[in-house]
Amino acid sequence: MTAAIEVNAVEKSFGNVAIIRDLNLSVAKGERHAIIGPNGAGKSTTFNLISGYIKPTSGEIRLNGEVTSGLRPFEINRRGLSRSFQVTNVFARMTVWENVRCAVLWATGHRYAFWKNVDNLPEVKQRTAEILDDIHLSHRRDVPAGLLTYAEQRELEIGITIAGGASVIMLDEPTAGMSHAETERAVALIRRLTEGRTLVIVEHDMSVVFGLADRISVLVYGHIIASGTPEEIRGNPKVKEAYLGEEVD
Amino acid sequence: MSNAVTPAPAAAKQESGGALSFYGVWLIAAAALVVLPLIFSSGGSLTSFSLIGIAIIFALSYNILLGQTGLLSFGHAVQYGLGGFLAVHAMNTVASHNWPIPLPVIPLMGGIGGMAFALVVGWVMTKRAGTVFAMISLGIGELVASSSLILRSAFGGESGITTDRTNLMPLFGWTFGPQIQVYYLIAFWVMVSAIAMYALTRTPLGRICNAVRDNPERVEFIGYDPHVVRYLAYMFAGFFAGIAGGIAAINFEIANSAYLGATQSGLVLFSAFIGGTAYFFGPILGAILVTYLQLGLTNVTSVWQLYFGIIFIAIVMFAPGGIAGILMKHRPLIRAGTLGTVIPSYLVAAIPTLALALGIILTIETVARFSGGDAINLLGIPFVATAPTTWAAAAVLVVGGFLVARITWRRVAEAWDRAATVARDRGYLA
Ligand SMILES: Nc1ncnc2c1ncn2[C@@H]1O[C@H](COP(=O)(O)OP(=O)(O)OP(=O)(O)O)[C@@H](O)[C@H]1O
Ligand SMILES: [Mg+2]
Repeated sequence: MTAAIEVNAVEKSFGNVAIIRDLNLSVAKGERHAIIGPNGAGKSTTFNLISGYIKPTSGEIRLNGEVTSGLRPFEINRRGLSRSFQVTNVFARMTVWENVRCAVLWATGHRYAFWKNVDNLPEVKQRTAEILDDIHLSHRRDVPAGLLTYAEQRELEIGITIAGGASVIMLDEPTAGMSHAETERAVALIRRLTEGRTLVIVEHDMSVVFGLADRISVLVYGHIIASGTPEEIRGNPKVKEAYLGEEVD
Repeated sequence: MSNAVTPAPAAAKQESGGALSFYGVWLIAAAALVVLPLIFSSGGSLTSFSLIGIAIIFALSYNILLGQTGLLSFGHAVQYGLGGFLAVHAMNTVASHNWPIPLPVIPLMGGIGGMAFALVVGWVMTKRAGTVFAMISLGIGELVASSSLILRSAFGGESGITTDRTNLMPLFGWTFGPQIQVYYLIAFWVMVSAIAMYALTRTPLGRICNAVRDNPERVEFIGYDPHVVRYLAYMFAGFFAGIAGGIAAINFEIANSAYLGATQSGLVLFSAFIGGTAYFFGPILGAILVTYLQLGLTNVTSVWQLYFGIIFIAIVMFAPGGIAGILMKHRPLIRAGTLGTVIPSYLVAAIPTLALALGIILTIETVARFSGGDAINLLGIPFVATAPTTWAAAAVLVVGGFLVARITWRRVAEAWDRAATVARDRGYLA
């Protein structure tokens, strides 16, 4: 079976600084895959590479077997990959409802239509309402996204990411800055919403990582030093030395 | 006074299901357009209304770019002007061949002209938003305006190209010679264009335009190419600008290089911004106000552009949401019933603000008329520009007005905060 995501020997340099070095990663379909690693290791850069935000200096990235390195983000998105951002990245002047609805429009086939009334599209309406329900923001539907609280914006960020129904979901530190209770709620949400889909998640909270992930990859200095099940990663001496330390014991 | 005010869910819920009131607004607007010339029937008002109608379509088309898609254009008159030229040529061709095409169809030709130009140059122009787009639009504007003077066969050089709208076939006995008939032609196109442009904002494309305005980067990650979105918006804006230009050509029976120029581009930016770009109806208010100011001020002062500049700066600094922004800020207070507590402070603040405005006017006119000119007539009082008493009066009004106005506006802000707090408690403000 072809992997959902396959990264082969990808290198990325900014100027002459190599940030990603010989990156190899394979995420199977339906797998929940966590990427962990110290600050500045290149986790977000890896997301940017896979989602088309930046182009690799060399190497190849495949989505469901198809080469996507070199494609624009919207082309990759249309092929079934959707990502969230570490720093909240929403449509600030539009309402919560509109934010989610915009993310639903392409996937429901309405594209650039200028001959349809957007309020008269039942499947769009229904799907938007469902997503709002899922992310617990129905009661805030008419508030501009820019006025939401931080935790609400993070939930909206997840909502926009999953709204299009992509088969591969990538979440970059979805719970960063959340309180303990908020994190728990967000994790339950992620678990439920990515049911039957492929998930790649960057997360610093180890309890979240080990609770959620089927497989874990450890990224250090732009290179994956270990990849395996949570047990394998826990027991891996290289990982212990480079990153986890006593944290997991 | 510039903090964002947004209605809370409670207030918004009352809005939904208001389809009746929605259609009501358009019906009232249509009715107003019909009866307006019956109430104000002088030739002068008919001319003014016609100009306002053209300005409304033009300003609304501009807002497809600025307010809806976040594209700041300095050359929107290009599409307007080309629409005008195409309409004039179309009228002359139709008349010379005796084709059975009535005049009210001609604005459509203008629209097609504006859109065709956008189709050709738009893809390159809209590759990037922001400063790049603004600069290219400025360059294209200059390019076309100067070409129009050189390419005499198409643009008629300095004098432009004239036409006679009565040479086309009459429609139901209307020759469109009298201004009242032209007015109704314009009113018809104002309604059609305004409804069409409003409808555009309610389509998937219209919504994604807003998303591109807010965050073009994120749009790429929900499946859309912001470049395509900007390009489509640019074409629609060009289409409706062309319609406005085509109507202008019918109204004036001429198209010349002034249609395409930077002044015209500046004026439409000015109208949309003063009216307020965040709301659909903002540019309509701006177009009405700016056209009236233009007509009114040119009669009373030779330096009317100076006043335009001051008004523009004042809006940018004190009410960046424009007139529509100011009006909509008060909506939650009206709903919550707390507007009454703010109004007294407004009335108090109005007095020194008015004094300040009069002082500024007196100062400007004193300078403008110092070396000759009529006495300044301010509120019926004649002031002589060379008299020291005039200078003293101006200084007192400006300095005194400013100092007192500052205090009274602070009071307004306090009254506002109290009223907003109550509105928030009652659930009308987020
Ligand atoms: N566009 C860029 N230009 C230059 N350097 C960059 C760029 N983007 C990222 N970097 C650098 O690449 C390195 C990796 O950054 P990245 O954001 O991918 O780290 P991260 O693993 O996501 O870290 P964190 O846990 O803090 O989010 C950092 O040193 C960063 O400064
Ligand atoms: Mg990161």
